[in-house]
Amino acid sequence: MKVLVTVKRVLDYNVKVRVKADQTDVDLTNVKMALNPFCEIAVEEAVRLKEAGIASEVVVVSIGPKAVQEQIRTALALGADRGIQIETDEMPESLSVAKLLAKVVAEEQPGLVILGKQAIDSDNNQSGQMLAALTGMGQGTFASEVKVEGEEVLVTREVDGGLQTVGLKLPAIVTTDLRLNEPRYASLPNIMKAKKKPLDVKTPADLGVELRAHTELLKVEPPAERAGGIKVASVEELVEKLKNEAKVI
Amino acid sequence: MAILIVAEHDNATLKGATLHAVSAAAQIGGDVAVLVAGEGCQAVADEAAKVAGVAKVLLADNAAYGHQLAENVAPLVAELGKDFSHILAPATTTGKNLLPRVAALLDVGQISEIVAVEGADTFKRPIYAGNAIATVKSLDAIKVITVRGTAFDAAAAEGGSASVEAVGAAHDAGKSRFVGEEVAVSERPELTAARVVISGGRGMGNGENFALIEKVADKLGAAVGASRAAVDAGFVPNDMQVGQTGKIVAPELYIAVGISGAIQHLAGMKDSKVIVAINKDEEAPIFQVADYGLVADLFEAVPELEGKL
Repeated sequence: MKVLVTVKRVLDYNVKVRVKADQTDVDLTNVKMALNPFCEIAVEEAVRLKEAGIASEVVVVSIGPKAVQEQIRTALALGADRGIQIETDEMPESLSVAKLLAKVVAEEQPGLVILGKQAIDSDNNQSGQMLAALTGMGQGTFASEVKVEGEEVLVTREVDGGLQTVGLKLPAIVTTDLRLNEPRYASLPNIMKAKKKPLDVKTPADLGVELRAHTELLKVEPPAERAGGIKVASVEELVEKLKNEAKVI
Repeated sequence: MAILIVAEHDNATLKGATLHAVSAAAQIGGDVAVLVAGEGCQAVADEAAKVAGVAKVLLADNAAYGHQLAENVAPLVAELGKDFSHILAPATTTGKNLLPRVAALLDVGQISEIVAVEGADTFKRPIYAGNAIATVKSLDAIKVITVRGTAFDAAAAEGGSASVEAVGAAHDAGKSRFVGEEVAVSERPELTAARVVISGGRGMGNGENFALIEKVADKLGAAVGASRAAVDAGFVPNDMQVGQTGKIVAPELYIAVGISGAIQHLAGMKDSKVIVAINKDEEAPIFQVADYGLVADLFEAVPELEGKL
């Protein structure tokens, strides 16, 4: 079975983002970019399925400008077999992303599609669910365990009250949660080998998808700053302050 | 304008998260209908009908909706939603699982985790783990939105007298089945609804030591949370995790014990009214957001705190 994995290039999670002075957006000039952590987990899961003999091929897809090839190469170095870049200079919204991916799914006919549960830039948590809707497939979101059994995939999901397990008919869509696995590091020989793996470049026009805006970004502001606090010297003082000053206990 | 809210429930009771979504709907303005989709969930519909501000309750009671699998519920919501200007759900794991699927079926965008209503089509939402707040305007005819509960007060659970109307044919997509669940048992208040939350981090050392903060929690009637580090280390189950990838809380008092204050944790608690940090590392970033900081060994400070309450 073929596994399709999606990856997104985002601001490195260790970098604290700054809002532009004119409040039009966040400032992404000269900041370190990386593979979205949830996507890294998705790649790892796909590679593990291949190592377990369940997946025959792992195809990685990313949408964005030429720079996203760097993240595709990272995924290839981690064990994916080939890459697809859908080249666009825009930052398509989730529904457009899902429409582009649905076309790739139709072309590639994977048995399983694995995405991260959310990208740490837009924090949307939408693309996987939307792709599932457009392809009519079942969705196993926030997965902490994935088991392929015959014509079905059993997905243990992290839900508010604990864990829930669902069985989905293959082909299906899975989105990863943090505890699904611990991604490996790419070794230097694998990074070198990844440079030779095939990488196709397509455009939204090739796929017959018109990118449409569903929202307009009016403003981006920094969150309200918290007023500086104080340090107390003892537990006694802390309890006194909470009782008499903050009045919360 | 008419607003459809997808109720969060477990077939027996209406979850508090729904009440926060009702408040958000009130700010948007318009007739509010609540959809209760489940199996054997008449009691939930009756409860929803009493919520202040709800004009109508739509009850879809069918075996196909028993576990609220998105594959079955999404077509129902999309079908009913065509008659509404807004479709809202709480930004819980259930809401996040369902609404993007609904939006895609309606061919509209979805706006996640709004924290403020600026107008009928304009909303504020956090991006980059809460390090920036975006104001976005929806360009779609139907606005599909999840609501961050901690950003809106709960609507009154009593005072309404909505009619309950049975709706919708059964949609069984046949793509998914419920296999089982493991529900974490806790006698303490629910994390996202608690007035006081006390959380432990990697500094707790192990799971047994969480008993120290549990004792404080019991004295304060607080919920117990944890940082991702404590969860990843296996000290406590992951449904206790507070942070960008866990639960978002905004209690009146948040006590962080042995938590350094990584960006991902702060995203889940920095809207708390009063933050207290107990940490032996005085350089820990948590002190930058704490209203009251105590530099001390938690193994001495926490039992002492319990004694003084």
